[in-house]
Amino acid sequence: MGKIIRFIPLILFIAIGIVFYRGLSLNPQELPSALIGKPMPAFQLTQLLDENKQLTAADLKGDIVLLNVWGTWCVYCKYEHPYLVDIAKNKQVTLYGLNYKDIRQDAKQWLKDYEDPYQFSIFDPLGKLGIELGVTAAPETFVIDKTGIIRMKHVGPIDAKVWQEKFAPMIALLEQEYQAES
Amino acid sequence: MMYKLVIATLVVLLSAFSAYGADTYVFKDEVTEKRYQALVKELRCPKCQNQNLADSNSPIAKDLRHEVYQLLEQGKADKEIVDFMVARYGEFVLYRPKVSNLTYVLWFGPALLLLIGAFVVVFILRRNRLPQAKSLSEEQQEKLKKLLKDK
Repeated sequence: MGKIIRFIPLILFIAIGIVFYRGLSLNPQELPSALIGKPMPAFQLTQLLDENKQLTAADLKGDIVLLNVWGTWCVYCKYEHPYLVDIAKNKQVTLYGLNYKDIRQDAKQWLKDYEDPYQFSIFDPLGKLGIELGVTAAPETFVIDKTGIIRMKHVGPIDAKVWQEKFAPMIALLEQEYQAES
Repeated sequence: MMYKLVIATLVVLLSAFSAYGADTYVFKDEVTEKRYQALVKELRCPKCQNQNLADSNSPIAKDLRHEVYQLLEQGKADKEIVDFMVARYGEFVLYRPKVSNLTYVLWFGPALLLLIGAFVVVFILRRNRLPQAKSLSEEQQEKLKKLLKDK
C-alpha cells in the first residue's frame, strides 16, 4: 500500500501529461456542428447570378451535395478555389455555393475573374442562411446526402490533404450506403 | 509630418470607438433591454472561443447580437432564444452548459477533485500522527536540565 502511494504523484503527472499533450494537437476552433444528421434548413433566397430566380432547399439536388460557403472578402476562399474547380470537374459530387455576406456585383465579378465551379450560388447578403447553418465564417463546406440530410461540415479551406482525410472517406461511406439501399 | 501622424492616430482610435458603439438597438422597454444584455453575456461567440457575444467584435458576434435583438422583438422567451442558438451552434455557445453526460466532468470535476484532495489530506494527517512520544528517562531529564542551565 505504502509503495503504491509513493507512485501516485508520478502516475498523476503522466496522466495529466498525456491529457495536455493531446491538447496540443487539438484545434479548439473545430467544433462539432449541431446540424450533423439534421435536414438542410429551409430558406428562400435568390441565385447569385440571377436575382429574379428564387431558390429553396429543394433546389440543392444531387446524390452527394457539397455546399461551399464563400465570399469575395474571404482570403482562404481564394486559396481553396483551384481545389473546388477540380472537385467540380471530377463530377463525383454536386457542388453548390453559398455566397455569404457579400455584395452581388463583387461576387459576380469574382466568379468571372477566376472560374465558377458552382452549379449555382445562393446569394445570402445578410448571412441569414448562414445563421441557420451555424456558419461562423468562410470558407465552410457542408456535405449533404441525397435525402437532404447534412452529414458533415468542414470549417476552413479545402485542399488535397483535407480532401483525402475528411471528404474522401465521407463520400465513400455515402456511396456504400446508396449501394446497400439499391 | 507630425501633424498627419496625429490625425492618423486619432482616426484609428475613433474608428475603434465607433466599432464598439455600433449596435444601437432601441428596445420597447427596459425589461427587454435587460434581457438582451443578459443574453449576450450568457451566449458565447462561436468564432472567438473565449468571448461572449457582448464582448466580441467579430462579424458573426455582431450578426448574432442582431439575431438576439430580433428574436426579442418577436416576443420570444429567453429559453427559446437560447435553444435557437444551441440548435444552430451547439452546446458550445452556452457559457453555462446543460448538465449532460458530455459535461459531467465539467460540472462535477472540481467537486470531485476537492473531495480527493480532502481525502488525501486526511489520510496523510492520520498516517503522520506519531505514537505518543515516550517520556524521558530520569537520566535524560538530568541531562536536559544541565544543558538548559549551561545556556
